[in-house]
Amino acid sequence: MAVIDLANPTRFLRIVDRVLPWLVAATVILFAVGLYRALNAPDDYQQGATVKIMFLHVPAAWLGMFGWALMSVAALGTLVWRHPLADVSGKAAAPIGAAFTFICLVTGSLWGRPTWGTYWVWDARLTSMLVLLLLYLSVLALYWTAEEPGRGSRAAAILSLVGAVNLPIIKFSVDWWNTLHQPASVFRVGGSTIDPSLLLPLLIMALAFTLLFVTLHLAVMRNEILRRRVRSMRLMQAQEVHA
Amino acid sequence: MNPLAAILVRDMRLAVRVGGGALMGALFFLIVVTMTPFAIGPELTLLARIGPAILWLGALLASLLALDRLFVTDHDDGSLDLLMMAEVPLELTVAAKALAHWLTTGLPLVVIAPLLGLMLNVDMHVLGWLALTLAAGTPALTFVGLVGAALSVALRRGGLLLAVLVLPLTVPVLIFGVASANAAIAEPTPFGPAFTILCALSLASLVLGPIAATAALRHGLE
Repeated sequence: MAVIDLANPTRFLRIVDRVLPWLVAATVILFAVGLYRALNAPDDYQQGATVKIMFLHVPAAWLGMFGWALMSVAALGTLVWRHPLADVSGKAAAPIGAAFTFICLVTGSLWGRPTWGTYWVWDARLTSMLVLLLLYLSVLALYWTAEEPGRGSRAAAILSLVGAVNLPIIKFSVDWWNTLHQPASVFRVGGSTIDPSLLLPLLIMALAFTLLFVTLHLAVMRNEILRRRVRSMRLMQAQEVHA
Repeated sequence: MNPLAAILVRDMRLAVRVGGGALMGALFFLIVVTMTPFAIGPELTLLARIGPAILWLGALLASLLALDRLFVTDHDDGSLDLLMMAEVPLELTVAAKALAHWLTTGLPLVVIAPLLGLMLNVDMHVLGWLALTLAAGTPALTFVGLVGAALSVALRRGGLLLAVLVLPLTVPVLIFGVASANAAIAEPTPFGPAFTILCALSLASLVLGPIAATAALRHGLE
């Protein structure tokens, strides 16, 4: 099915209504399996049980970044293709992406306390995630201040694209800044150096988080479409009263 | 006269005449730098160490303060609509306005920076280098801020929203600005890499800023 078939909000709503229960069920099952596997995964020989925070922390970080990528694609859809659902999709992705980024920062901070002895370090990775959260919040601020949904969406779309250009630069600059100021890093995550007994639950959890993101995204999109319908109905009603 | 030159001259005239905010940014910069020793104490070695950072932070805030005026007055008196309907591409018009803005608010910051550096006990020999980093970096602040100014005028909201939109995007400029200034002070670190990246950021924002700002104006005010 082509993306253009989804352009009709009514048809989109019908599809979402049909798909959403299955997605919710799949998310719940995957979370159950993933959490079970994560709880039964062996402890790290150095970090002990605290390594289990990883199963929440790492997927949240991935999805936090995925959210901005989704917003950038949606921004192209809004500005270039003028797809009627693109701005709804972008608007729905912003708070979810911000929430995942926030979860990543909080779990990372809680993980940092026992392992590094501090809740927060001005390390490159942490700092670039914090800036990502700030960028999310600035997009949300744009939505909050816009009087009219369409105008706010286009402004937010431009900001998402500018942010998409800037995010790699921020990541890179922050990495550079860190290596300049701090001696050999306290910690290093080598993706491939993870033992399979930890890696498999992690991948299941990542899949579960992704499904959670998609489920929430579709649900928020549905709510946004309905909210806009309510808004236009109210406006029409107000006009009738005045006429 | 070339229309772009006319816009440049017009904006610069407006900025230096009554009601314009040309030197307000420099004054704000001076006040911020004066306030810092009150907050952290007058210890000269400490001030010398964090001096470049204070100067960069002050310049960032000062250039942010003036951004509000970039489009708002033109929008209020209707001349922005005329500029948008003109034959000259809006991208170039916007770039000319930003250039005028930088010449009237960014350049004064660069000029007074050595004096303020002296007050912060920054080594006399590097004051010139410090001003050079500001000269290379403040255009990036203006042209990134241009996008925020266009977005906030399109939404008819100014003030704090503008700061919230622009500040996270200026992180790289601040990092490389301070890094190159510090490299000029501490001899062993080479000055070149950070400074050239700073220049690259300025040049990239020189191109991307007007394009994004024009898109914001077109989509917001149509």
